[in-house]
Amino acid sequence: MAVRVLFRVLFGGTGLGSGPVVLDLPRVPLPDLVSGVTLLGPITAGSLLAGVYEGLRLAAVLVCVGAANCLADARRLLRAVPGALAEVSTAVVIALTSAPQLVDSVRRVRRARRLRAGSAEGVRALPAVLSPVLADALDRSLSLAGAMAVRGYGRTAGVPRRTRRASGALLVAGLLGTCLGLFGLLDPTAGAAAGVPVLLAGAALAVLGLRLASARVRRTAHRPDPWGGPEWAVSAVGATSAGAMALAAALDPAALAPSTAPPVWPEPSLLGLAAVLVAVLPAVLAPRRGGVSSPARPAGRASEGESSPARPAGAASPLRGGAS
Amino acid sequence: MSVPAGRPARPPVAVRFDRVTLTYPGAPAPALRDVDLEVGEGELCLVAGPTGSGKSTLLGAVSGLVPHLTGGELAGEVVVVGVSTRGTPPRDLAHLVGHVGQDPVAGFVTDSVEDELAYAMEQLAVPAPAMRRRVEEVLDLLGVADLRDRPLRTLSGGQAQRVAIGSVLAAGPRVLVLDEPTSALDPGAAEEVLAALVRLVHDLAVTVVVAEHRLERVVQHADRVVLVGRDGRVRDGAPAAMMREHDGAPPVVELARAAGWDPPPLSVRDARRLAGPLAQALAGHEPPLPATPGRTGGPPLLRSRDVVVVHGTGAGRVRAVAGVDLDLHAGEVVALMGRNGSGKSSLLWAWQGSGPRARGEVGVLGDGAAMDSSVGRRRWWQRRPAAAAGGPGAAARGPTGDGRQDPGALPPAGARALVGLVPQTPGDLLYLPTVGQECAQADAESGRPRGTCRALLDEVAPGVPDERHPRDLSEGQRLALVLAVQLAATPRVVLLDEPTRGLDEEAKRRVGQVVRELAAQGRAVVLATHDVELVAAAADRVVVVAQGRVVADGPTAEVVASSPAFAPQTAKVLAPQPWLTPQQVRAALAAGPAPGAEPAGDRS
Repeated sequence: MAVRVLFRVLFGGTGLGSGPVVLDLPRVPLPDLVSGVTLLGPITAGSLLAGVYEGLRLAAVLVCVGAANCLADARRLLRAVPGALAEVSTAVVIALTSAPQLVDSVRRVRRARRLRAGSAEGVRALPAVLSPVLADALDRSLSLAGAMAVRGYGRTAGVPRRTRRASGALLVAGLLGTCLGLFGLLDPTAGAAAGVPVLLAGAALAVLGLRLASARVRRTAHRPDPWGGPEWAVSAVGATSAGAMALAAALDPAALAPSTAPPVWPEPSLLGLAAVLVAVLPAVLAPRRGGVSSPARPAGRASEGESSPARPAGAASPLRGGAS
Repeated sequence: MSVPAGRPARPPVAVRFDRVTLTYPGAPAPALRDVDLEVGEGELCLVAGPTGSGKSTLLGAVSGLVPHLTGGELAGEVVVVGVSTRGTPPRDLAHLVGHVGQDPVAGFVTDSVEDELAYAMEQLAVPAPAMRRRVEEVLDLLGVADLRDRPLRTLSGGQAQRVAIGSVLAAGPRVLVLDEPTSALDPGAAEEVLAALVRLVHDLAVTVVVAEHRLERVVQHADRVVLVGRDGRVRDGAPAAMMREHDGAPPVVELARAAGWDPPPLSVRDARRLAGPLAQALAGHEPPLPATPGRTGGPPLLRSRDVVVVHGTGAGRVRAVAGVDLDLHAGEVVALMGRNGSGKSSLLWAWQGSGPRARGEVGVLGDGAAMDSSVGRRRWWQRRPAAAAGGPGAAARGPTGDGRQDPGALPPAGARALVGLVPQTPGDLLYLPTVGQECAQADAESGRPRGTCRALLDEVAPGVPDERHPRDLSEGQRLALVLAVQLAATPRVVLLDEPTRGLDEEAKRRVGQVVRELAAQGRAVVLATHDVELVAAAADRVVVVAQGRVVADGPTAEVVASSPAFAPQTAKVLAPQPWLTPQQVRAALAAGPAPGAEPAGDRS
């Protein structure tokens, strides 16, 4: 927020916006080359306020992402993806695991470089670090590939080629449809009438494709994550909050985006406020982290992810956090 | 072409090689040549041979990774539990063969122990109830039940190895293939892993094919030994028969050769039963006293006082080294022993000055020639560096006047001229495309005339071609190259971290010789190692560390002979007599039955 406002002060002194001038700074003359940019100059209250609002929006998005992260374990989410995407989720899990390994490897090699008193700095030192690290990473991925192969990764249940093709085609068509539909929804010139049906049709196709493709992969889950009351409740809260916010925006757009020219005191919209408050509910509704299936974690050696049993305090409506 | 097995009735065959020849693309000669081999069900089969001889290829051929993953041309046929690997990729053999690679951690897919155990079964679509039951069974079988919820990256080496074995075992394979399962482990952890393997063979009749350089650890449990030669040919037979003439046989077998026991015993227990007459013959002799020049006088080359190393911050704070006082003298070889994670490596890095040091003093006596004023600061009591080279106090040798310097307060080039360290993964130091360029670079880095490093390399390991890529060298050659690179800076203190990891018997013996030569040149050499036989053969003094503290420090014979974990096989067989190596015994026997304290031969 502060950065946003500071930017407004630095570059926004065009006298744009309205309202009283709160800060009359001398404008710094710039060459014509950067004619679009102004440096300093008179700052109006409206312009400052707009900066604050923009900052608030960014902050709200950040808070929402953080809250969603507190609420859900990325690895558990991956486990819940449909069978057809199991390979993608395995790739993501491996990426999550190998990133710290890569960091370790870089640290080790850099430390080893001191042993040789490598004098090169910056870009010239790159080969000395990169070459062992890459060799290491390649070796490791080969052994990982071997280890996964001997444990049966990539076994298929012998589904005929035609079904595989059909499911693939369905998936692609579905995703295309979904994208087009979203585009239609968001682009005001296309009109919502065109967007919604395309979106729905696309989603339906994608779901069908996923179901077909899931039959191809024969796997089971060791500890399938239960999708129970709390999970439903959290999703319902998210949907409610988003819906209420959308409704509020439709009914009274001015209340959610208060005018900055001229600057007016923002009027709280009751519906919007309720939507934000509802979004706080998951703080008490959310399932405990670490999974219901293994309640007895030893206290001493929990991983960082599980070492903070405190529930998320933030709200979790990732769609709209309350820009007002 | 197999040697008669010496067993009348063979169990049904689990693995059969039928005239197998395997050639990798671009390789001048096949890695395996005309291999005919049968491994019976429920046998523990030990695969031995020099590095680069095709042991890993043989193991990969059993699990189907060779040639399906690695490429290469397979002639002949490998049949595992009735299925040919030719037309079946490894993923479809998963329920028949399990394969644990050299680095178990690199094969982990998930992040917790229980998930890792379940992974293979998830791929095989085992129903959830059966999966849960089987996970419990495997947890118990391998003794890892208390680790079930632990994140995989917090496991120790032995634990990780057992979890890796469990993760393939959970799929219920009939054949288990392991590539050097104990080479990175301390003696205690290795025993745990081997005990788990033996239990699998005995209780579940799983066929185990294991490659290992540490024959002394495994051969006593083996039902069959397969020796892979450098030419890719293979001989197999009963362990005692195969060990009789094998070049890299464990010490207990060499002892048998010296004493004339035939067939040779394979375990310490068997050898002790035969050892009565030998002990009598040796009764009048004394093993040669270790030469400890450091004790005869002269200031220590490296003096460390109250060295503390702390890793991590906050809750993850670990005191890896907790106050170590030690002196290293010129001409002595010191073995640093202790469990995995006992702080050996941290101590070496702190001494060298490149690793962290929270507290304490390290003072190293340098080689005068290398200590010109450009090297850096002289004040050795100073703590961690401000890194800037060429401090103004360079003219004086430090206020104490004893000429000691703290490598941690010097720039890297200065530290390296005082203390040379060869880390656990020597390859980390190599980044140029040829051996020749690495050597030239080392000469430049240490300000030596061209050719110094190459000459050193020829002393340590003769005949390494200049144009070879360092990654294509054998483990032993790579170690030699890094040692030569470090010696080019003429350090008087040389630290080697796990130098014999992954080395075959011949290379290991060479390491022992090189270490003695370095000490004879007036250097102080430290070996951090789990290899008790190397220690017995090469070290004058043993320091045992546990939880970052020195718990024992003394002459090799005194420290090692009394320890159940660190005693070499010869000491265990001939206890309470203080013999450490078969070479000592052979020399004593050769000296004749003369009673009295006659010094009997050289140690190395």
